[in-house]
Amino acid sequence: MAVLSPEAAPVAKNHVEYSKAFDAESVAAHLKESVDGAVVSSSSAGIVVDSAKIVDALQWLRDSPELAYDYFSSVTAVDWPDKFEVVYHVASTVRGGPPLALKVNLNDKENPVVSSAASVYQGALQQEREVYDFYGIRFAGHPNLRRIFMWEGFEGFPLRKSYKEAYYEQDRKPFETRWDQGHHIIIEDRVPWHDNVIYPKNFDPTTFKQIREIVRVAPTIEQGDTKALKTQPIVVSVGPQHPSTHGVFRMNVTLDGETIMALDPVFGYLHRNHEKIGERNTFYMNVPFTDRLDYLCGMSMETGYVMGVEKMMGIKPPERVEYIRVIMNEFTRIVSHMFGGIGQVYSDLGAFFTPIVIYGLEERELVLDLFESASGSRMMCNYMRFGGVWRDLPEGWLEVARELAHNRLPKVADEMETYLVKNEIFDVRAKHIGVLPPDLAVNYGVSGPMLRGSGVKYDIRRADPYSIYDRFDFNIPVGTNGDIYDRMWCRIQEIRESIKILQQAIKDIPDGETMAGKKAYSFRVPKGEVFAHIEAPRGDFGWYLVSDHNTTPYRYHVRAADFINLATMEQMCVGHKIGDMVGVLGSVDIIMGSVDR
Amino acid sequence: MKLFPTGTLTGMTLVLKRFLRSYPNDIKENIKARSLFRKTSPEVASERASVTQKGLITVEYPDVKLKPPENFRFIPFLIYEPVLDAAGKPIVNAATGKEEIGVERCTACGICAKVCPPQCIWIVRAVGDDGKPKPQAAEFFIDIDVCMNCGLCAEFCPFDAIKMDNDYELAGYERHVNHIYDYPTLLKSTTYYESIKPTDYANEEAARKAKEEAKTKKPAAAEKTATAAAAAAKTATPKMQEPPAVE
Ligand code: SF4
Ligand code: SF4
Repeated sequence: MAVLSPEAAPVAKNHVEYSKAFDAESVAAHLKESVDGAVVSSSSAGIVVDSAKIVDALQWLRDSPELAYDYFSSVTAVDWPDKFEVVYHVASTVRGGPPLALKVNLNDKENPVVSSAASVYQGALQQEREVYDFYGIRFAGHPNLRRIFMWEGFEGFPLRKSYKEAYYEQDRKPFETRWDQGHHIIIEDRVPWHDNVIYPKNFDPTTFKQIREIVRVAPTIEQGDTKALKTQPIVVSVGPQHPSTHGVFRMNVTLDGETIMALDPVFGYLHRNHEKIGERNTFYMNVPFTDRLDYLCGMSMETGYVMGVEKMMGIKPPERVEYIRVIMNEFTRIVSHMFGGIGQVYSDLGAFFTPIVIYGLEERELVLDLFESASGSRMMCNYMRFGGVWRDLPEGWLEVARELAHNRLPKVADEMETYLVKNEIFDVRAKHIGVLPPDLAVNYGVSGPMLRGSGVKYDIRRADPYSIYDRFDFNIPVGTNGDIYDRMWCRIQEIRESIKILQQAIKDIPDGETMAGKKAYSFRVPKGEVFAHIEAPRGDFGWYLVSDHNTTPYRYHVRAADFINLATMEQMCVGHKIGDMVGVLGSVDIIMGSVDR
Repeated sequence: MKLFPTGTLTGMTLVLKRFLRSYPNDIKENIKARSLFRKTSPEVASERASVTQKGLITVEYPDVKLKPPENFRFIPFLIYEPVLDAAGKPIVNAATGKEEIGVERCTACGICAKVCPPQCIWIVRAVGDDGKPKPQAAEFFIDIDVCMNCGLCAEFCPFDAIKMDNDYELAGYERHVNHIYDYPTLLKSTTYYESIKPTDYANEEAARKAKEEAKTKKPAAAEKTATAAAAAAKTATPKMQEPPAVE
């Protein structure tokens, strides 16, 4: 088979043209001129902004017609010995290109405060709560600054370097007790159960009250005519036991009769502080852990993380590996959409486990068989390595993959479309329900089929191309109304586009090495930071990694697309009936493994 | 809404088609076996798990089991080389009914314990009579409830001493004793390893042989055999089981 050299790579048809990308330095120069005293310093890694000017700077970046940083990708923080650093990533859906990092240094470690960015980007509403919860950084002007994953009575800020979790052993793995005097103990026995929970001072469980106040983000709607019929709004707690088979998630819904007046998502039931675990782990150990984020898309999660570390270490994977990664990722997208993004939504709308989920599951079985024979595991694949993959594909693997991509999956996609587009019941349940306007979606940092369902043509594979996606010919399907129906329609079209990519990749895959360089289990990663993101089936998944030249990451942050997509639940549900809420939640397509992290 | 829901009916027809095509095989099998309560035959089971599958996709686990692919991985185990008799068969101890253990491959180097992400491997290195550490494990524990089946230990062991198993039926009634696998529980023979992962085993044995030859032979010739063996090891990948065989 001919090996394509990167220079000779054909530029794909259907390439979406974006205007030129700006680097951080040139943006800093613009920013310096326009917002007085905003820029403290700048480098290729990002711009350090004065803490008093951050909101002005963000506002200017968003409104500048040339730069148009309209998309709020993420906000997180890093705990340095002498300061907290709040890191914002903003991107542009108009221009594409990599996201821009803005940083604010908070030198007062006792009382870190910065202005909330919620007035510029509403996406900050939910993510700033996460930063507050993990770091104790307060955001002045945030209307609803309370914990999000931890419970209200939790003491301490878990992602601070000084925080030690229950069953803490050592700052870094590997633990010394395991070898060469590794006398086994049950770890729970070493720290007895009652000693590993810290309560706030003066905490008394008998008098403790959860904060139940609901803060509205969506515009208020009027209660029904109270004179004719005496009604009262009630708060119903929906969940947490699988309200819609998506995972352990709860919503406090304020209802007037059957109409939703307010909705407050409650997170954290599946929270295990993936990020803290990631900072204790060596870089290598994190690969199998990423599988547990979005557990329907293990292969995609691995690819994103591995790409980030490769970028930091300056490794370029061989051609064959890039193709294998594309094939794995597109298979993942197809089955994730068939099962989660389409099948489950039907089930949420009342077609309870019949029949489309099952049809999706059938195809998923076959794809998982492929994953299993290549990687050894169906869901927790642990297949990607820094600079390669675990092993080459088994003999005969590509033939099976080809059969699936050419003969089987296209037929199933057709069938799914038949259920969707012509079905009258589905029409009434899904059209004009849960509408998300495009400007709001962008402002919230919504991504994936949800964003495209609202008509915004933004796909990381095209906007900020990674791996070898620029070689393939595929379209980005977009919806028009931004309702449940359009999201589903987008997913079905995406399945077709993925099949197209698969067919091209399976045809072109060259022979060759499956690993760049030698494998090592322990290595130091050069000092630096990286934000690597991919178009996962559920949207823009990003890894913000900071290394201080050590074997473990200094900071390991995951931008979970479905967590951020969930922020718009209230906007989409208010005014609809409670029966529609489950359908809307289904169409967001969440996986709690990555939402709660 | 339209007066007559044609689209919905089209969908229902598809469901009906799917339903009808699910069962003919099953009914045919019943007729063949002259019983309503028969197990899926191996051929049908393999057919159901293949890409050309139509209709039913499931088999009656645990009565019928599909064989996992060669690359499949579950809880790791440690490898010993059995003592062989003159005919090349492992010698079985009459009293215990177990094979005599010849060489335990693990040298207690600790790499697997260091690479294990959830840190569930515990190793005590053996100490010789002179008080110096010996290249052998005195104790070896794997907490199989903590193990995340990642396979990194097997990937990085330099002595081919720890490998991933294919046995996935490990449910127990208790976890603090039964699920802490100790050294004797973990040890399994090379014959067992060969039976579950023949390709890997053959590759590794070839590489091992080449290495040993390299030690005895002249350097130049040895290098040649070593590279040849390495090349052989690289090309051989396990075959896809298509359609998957039945156990
Ligand atoms: S890496 Fe291999 S030889 Fe070393 S301790 Fe582990 S099993 Fe034994
Ligand atoms: S498979 Fe992974 S988790 Fe299990 S013992 Fe080996 S390295 Fe540890």
